[in-house]
Amino acid sequence: MSDTAQDINRNPAIDWGLKAYVILAYAFVFAPIAASFVFSFNSDRFPSIPLGHFTLDWYRAVATDPLVWEGLRNTLFVGVTVGVLATALGFGAAYTDYRYKFLGKQVYLALALLPPTIPVVILGLAMLAYLSRIGLSGNALSVIIAHVVICAPFAMAIVRLRLSQMDPDLEAAAWNLGASEWAAMRHVIIPFAKPAILGALFITMAVSFDEFAIAWFVSGLNETLPVKVLGFLQGQVSPRINAIGTFVFVTSMTLVVLAQILLTGRGAKSRPAADE
Amino acid sequence: MRRSLSLYGLTFSLPLLVWQLLFFVFPLVFLVALSFWTVKNFAMRPDFDTVNWVTMYGRGVFWQAYGTTFAFALAAAVLTSLLAFPCSYAIAFKLSEAARRWAVFLMVIPFFTSYLVRIYSWQIFLSDAGIVNVLLGKVGLGPFPLLNTAGATMVGYLTLNFPLVVLLQLFSLVFIDRTLVEAAHNLRCGRIRTVFAVIVPSARVGLVIAALFAFILSFGDFVSPIYLGGGKATTLSILITDTTKSGQQWPRAAVIALTMIGTLLVVAFVAVRFAYKGRSK
Repeated sequence: MSDTAQDINRNPAIDWGLKAYVILAYAFVFAPIAASFVFSFNSDRFPSIPLGHFTLDWYRAVATDPLVWEGLRNTLFVGVTVGVLATALGFGAAYTDYRYKFLGKQVYLALALLPPTIPVVILGLAMLAYLSRIGLSGNALSVIIAHVVICAPFAMAIVRLRLSQMDPDLEAAAWNLGASEWAAMRHVIIPFAKPAILGALFITMAVSFDEFAIAWFVSGLNETLPVKVLGFLQGQVSPRINAIGTFVFVTSMTLVVLAQILLTGRGAKSRPAADE
Repeated sequence: MRRSLSLYGLTFSLPLLVWQLLFFVFPLVFLVALSFWTVKNFAMRPDFDTVNWVTMYGRGVFWQAYGTTFAFALAAAVLTSLLAFPCSYAIAFKLSEAARRWAVFLMVIPFFTSYLVRIYSWQIFLSDAGIVNVLLGKVGLGPFPLLNTAGATMVGYLTLNFPLVVLLQLFSLVFIDRTLVEAAHNLRCGRIRTVFAVIVPSARVGLVIAALFAFILSFGDFVSPIYLGGGKATTLSILITDTTKSGQQWPRAAVIALTMIGTLLVVAFVAVRFAYKGRSK
């Protein structure tokens, strides 16, 4: 908003100070992320400055650790399954909210959106106790179940935003032209929501990749990679954490950027009509 | 558009409902039942006994942890809100449209980095021979014991909360009617006064909700108090992980968890009441 440039109260020194503060704030936010990246290539056992020499030792140590590979396999398996399930459930909930009005809808929406606001230690304990009671704890399945609970709300929010951009008459028009509800879903709704569906898929996968607390409670011996990191943190602290962290960061960011491209790419295309 | 629920409608609405009932509501309800179970010979038995509640509530350690956790979370919520506000304010009012988009995009990135890795990274900064102490040593200061302090725990909470709080504050600030701000300026309302008399009240809902989220996140976090605070100040979340991971005292952990949920509900209710106070008129 450049119109505020005419403010009588505008003081360049204060503007400058505020902008410097913004930079400082971003420096604080990105300092640990950047440090983790830098020290993952640094030779020192106990990282500090001045830097040691460049090395790939930590990546090598991680790459030759069979436990890390097993964790990675678990993480990928869990993440992909969670992404698909959470997106499907979230899409259904978003469509329900978009199209229907019914008694108890507030409760339905609360169930659909609340889980991420419950502290993860509490969810972790509740899930562990409940899942072990019904014989489902201590394996990858229990992590999947728990992660879908906290990921589905994100998928729902993303898809719901996209549906709110759709002309509500579009679906009705398809029915009037003789399409069944299922056909309208297949040929109108899903094509229109496709970027958001894919975006939700990637975002939920990324959320699952990074979640460690609930996974730590319920995973038993089938630890995911973030739970392994927690283990490293508890045991001897080692720059291997940085190597894993950098790897997970790159993976997550790839997913997020893909989602971002899908979600913003839509704006350029025909807005009122369905894509394609 | 409105039709009665059909097979078609149920196909889309039911799966999530069933899933969240089975795996979200039931576990939380089960937690309530679990808190009345008893533990004999390292085995849990279904029961209806208030022994866990009596034991936990009778312990000084529990109330001490409760006080610590509440004070930490409150401090983190206030501190994050205060530190984030100038940043959100500058992004909302002082940056160009394009710069603001970048600022938002960059603030989203931390959500997709591992919180654990960021905490480990802070250990590199704060340890005795860490980056901060080396830099301080260059100017002849220190070394200071920074790690395993309440201050380090706060750094961890800030790491956890700051991006979310900035985004939530930003979201309420960008929707402020600019004509209000201009009107205040035209009426010779000073810069600082405009912020407190016009901008903060207009954005109150967003600011309070942001602080509430900071409180909730910090209240439940066990990573910062353990790995940056050194576990010296026991918080409720540390008590839960310890009680759950070492042995079969899950019913007692359930008591702690339910107390936490109760506290959060009260805090959330008070915060929302405060946020919307006088709004509906």
